[in-house]
Amino acid sequence: MDQLSNLGDGFLTVLTPMNMLWVVVGALLGTAVGVLPGLGSAMAVALLLPVTFSLDPIGAFIMFAGVLFGGLFGDSISGILMNTPGNSTAIAGTIEGHRMAKSGRAAQALATSAIGAFIGGIVSSILVVFFAPSLADLATLFGPEEYLALAVFAFVAISAVVGESFLRGLAALVIGLAIALVGIDAMSGASRFTGGQPELFDGIDIVVITVGLLALGEVIAVAARRGTEKENALIPSSGRLWLTRREFRLALPAWLRGTSIGVPFGVIPVGGSEVPTFLAYGAERRLASRKPGSMFGKGAIQGVAGPEAAGNATAGTAMGALLALGLPTSATAAVLLAAFRQYGLQPGPLLFDRASELVWALLASFFVGMVVLLILNLPFAPLWAQLLKVPSHYLYAGISVFAMLGIYATSSKILDLVLVLAIGLLGFAMRRYGLPVAPVLIGVILGPLAETEFRRALAVSEGDASVLVSSPIAATLYSVLVLGVAGLLIQRARARRRERARLDVAA
Amino acid sequence: MRKKRPALAALGVVVTLGLAGFAAVDASDSTTGATPRSKLTLTAPAAAGGGWDLASRELQQALRANSIVNNAQVVNVPGAGGTIGLGQFVELGADPTRLMMTGTVMEGAITVNASRVDLLDTTPIARLAEDYEVFIVPADSPFETLDDFLDAWRADPHGHAIGGGGLGGTDHLLTGLTAREADVDPAEVNYIAFAGGGEVMTALLSGTVELGVSGYNDFRDQIDAGNLRALAVSADEPVPGIDTPTFVEQGIDVALPNWRGVVAPPGISDEERDELIAIVTEATRTPEWEDALSRNRWVDSVLTGDDFGAFIREDQARVDAIIEELGL
Repeated sequence: MDQLSNLGDGFLTVLTPMNMLWVVVGALLGTAVGVLPGLGSAMAVALLLPVTFSLDPIGAFIMFAGVLFGGLFGDSISGILMNTPGNSTAIAGTIEGHRMAKSGRAAQALATSAIGAFIGGIVSSILVVFFAPSLADLATLFGPEEYLALAVFAFVAISAVVGESFLRGLAALVIGLAIALVGIDAMSGASRFTGGQPELFDGIDIVVITVGLLALGEVIAVAARRGTEKENALIPSSGRLWLTRREFRLALPAWLRGTSIGVPFGVIPVGGSEVPTFLAYGAERRLASRKPGSMFGKGAIQGVAGPEAAGNATAGTAMGALLALGLPTSATAAVLLAAFRQYGLQPGPLLFDRASELVWALLASFFVGMVVLLILNLPFAPLWAQLLKVPSHYLYAGISVFAMLGIYATSSKILDLVLVLAIGLLGFAMRRYGLPVAPVLIGVILGPLAETEFRRALAVSEGDASVLVSSPIAATLYSVLVLGVAGLLIQRARARRRERARLDVAA
Repeated sequence: MRKKRPALAALGVVVTLGLAGFAAVDASDSTTGATPRSKLTLTAPAAAGGGWDLASRELQQALRANSIVNNAQVVNVPGAGGTIGLGQFVELGADPTRLMMTGTVMEGAITVNASRVDLLDTTPIARLAEDYEVFIVPADSPFETLDDFLDAWRADPHGHAIGGGGLGGTDHLLTGLTAREADVDPAEVNYIAFAGGGEVMTALLSGTVELGVSGYNDFRDQIDAGNLRALAVSADEPVPGIDTPTFVEQGIDVALPNWRGVVAPPGISDEERDELIAIVTEATRTPEWEDALSRNRWVDSVLTGDDFGAFIREDQARVDAIIEELGL
């Protein structure tokens, strides 16, 4: 049990007053940037880099770990309270979380999200401690065919969020796919829908789309409702923090399921935590619909618990992939990779030998950071919920300012500000005409992934389409998908027959 | 709630004072006319964490730690291979307190993206350092040497998938150059673009591509750990500390350094230019910069002023010719 003694040494390093201070500073800072729409932990770490140059590497990385996980705890806070997730990782948890807040259960939603983030983070950190090298091997099992199968699987599995009307969901999905097409095509170099504007060559940043569609769209929608009867739709939170036993019993399996969905995604580069959070949401929604009295649509606690746990589990194993393989699977991981290099360290197979003190202190700081964040977040949940008492015009004015600030800070492009406003108006129009917003984001996230991997697979095989299904992983994913859909159809057909039989009897 | 008011008020006061302080400092700068020695802003035309960002922050650190410049800042303007940053930079006007990081990748992006402005629109200050690209295969690959691969490549140019960074970047350019030298039609090459060295590495390890092209540093540890095998490095002569032979040593006359350098906005006076050159030269002689070179395995390649300008002109023409052949 080398890992345990190494980790013990790591804890000894972290649990000194100075290093504990860095953990707390990082956690607070991360939570703060997480809460603000648009600003993410990647940006925070980048801004901190020059400041931390004079620190010893261990102190710096401990702080970065705090920022990373703080951001993940923080981004759901603004999502749940104001329907304006601080980052794309919190979108899935926001859908039900905000509904909980609307029905006066803001504190419970926040607590569920914090505990979910804690469980996901701890479990994945434990896995990283013991299995980091084998986790890294998982990444090498995935080629373009497997990624494509995964994307297709996610498309179908997530279709639950398409919502009540299939057609409206599909329309929203197409909007998302269209937005995702903007930019220079990485495979051929052809420019698509850029109008010759160099600012659009890299496509529209997911942060711009998220903030526009969710944060600004919501602000405009709230502004448009002013003076109407619907204006006071928010019910102030009761302030009760503790989950009832019933709530806990609903949330616990969702936390664990979310964690298990999130863990493998940290290792494979499919663009961070968005896909697993949505998958967790889809899974919870489908499971709940099997039993009577599903709360989905009205603020289901599982809809918060699953995605939040999945998001943090992904972030945890993503750190494993970064440390053991030097593979940055998310924006924050990419910045951390740069940070390692700034200290003359190269994450990868030799890091554990070359800088074992740092690595184990960093891993230990994940655990410490997670505990600190839970302690910081749980008591603050009712306090955060008080934010809803701020008159909405101040609240939403603040959101707009911070959203625009966050967008400009990440890209320094005026065009992004124009785009975020335009997408905000689109988001408002979609809300006004009852189109669901989540499928747009799914299209934006999964569309390019599916397209790129499809074309990569065919380019490598020189146009031989059979490669798409010939790999065992891809074939398994497709089979599970077909079986699942078939099962669903049979279930529906049976339900309909039973219904008809019941009607016949009644007649 | 009532109890918290004093704390909140105090916080408000602190924040306001802080902001007012910044505003005052800013205002004083603009009234006295800032000089590069008092305040220097470096544009990194890439996202935080990218290669130019790293180089900018290393330079910032060298300037700051030795008080060569009182206040050195880095601004990220990512996008389109750096051409967004370039476009904004050229429009700044003759501001002698600004520098931008640039390099080989931007030359490719300027041509591929048909950018309105190019590096000759700026005032060249100094080339700083360069590093090298490698051709690399998984440890279990049948290709033991560069020749093994080239033979197979000539026999079936399209049948060997090659993974590297974005189109028009150094990885792609090196692939094109090598193809030309090895009598393979560059337009026939099956080049698969990935988002960076990390993705190229997993594509190699998962067997998606047969050959990877990326910066030597991205793969250094994987090579040392025996997971990957380097076939050739793009330096013009053997690099101390790198065991891999160069392309030239193996009979393929290709050398493609991935250089990094800084340029100033157009229209600054000769005195201002000379002052900036002096500042940057001074920074490259600091222990911090020495340290940055050895940590990042960059090779010192300082070239300043007009010599650097002439180098850019020549290098840009070479890059354009390769891109033409690659059919981008």
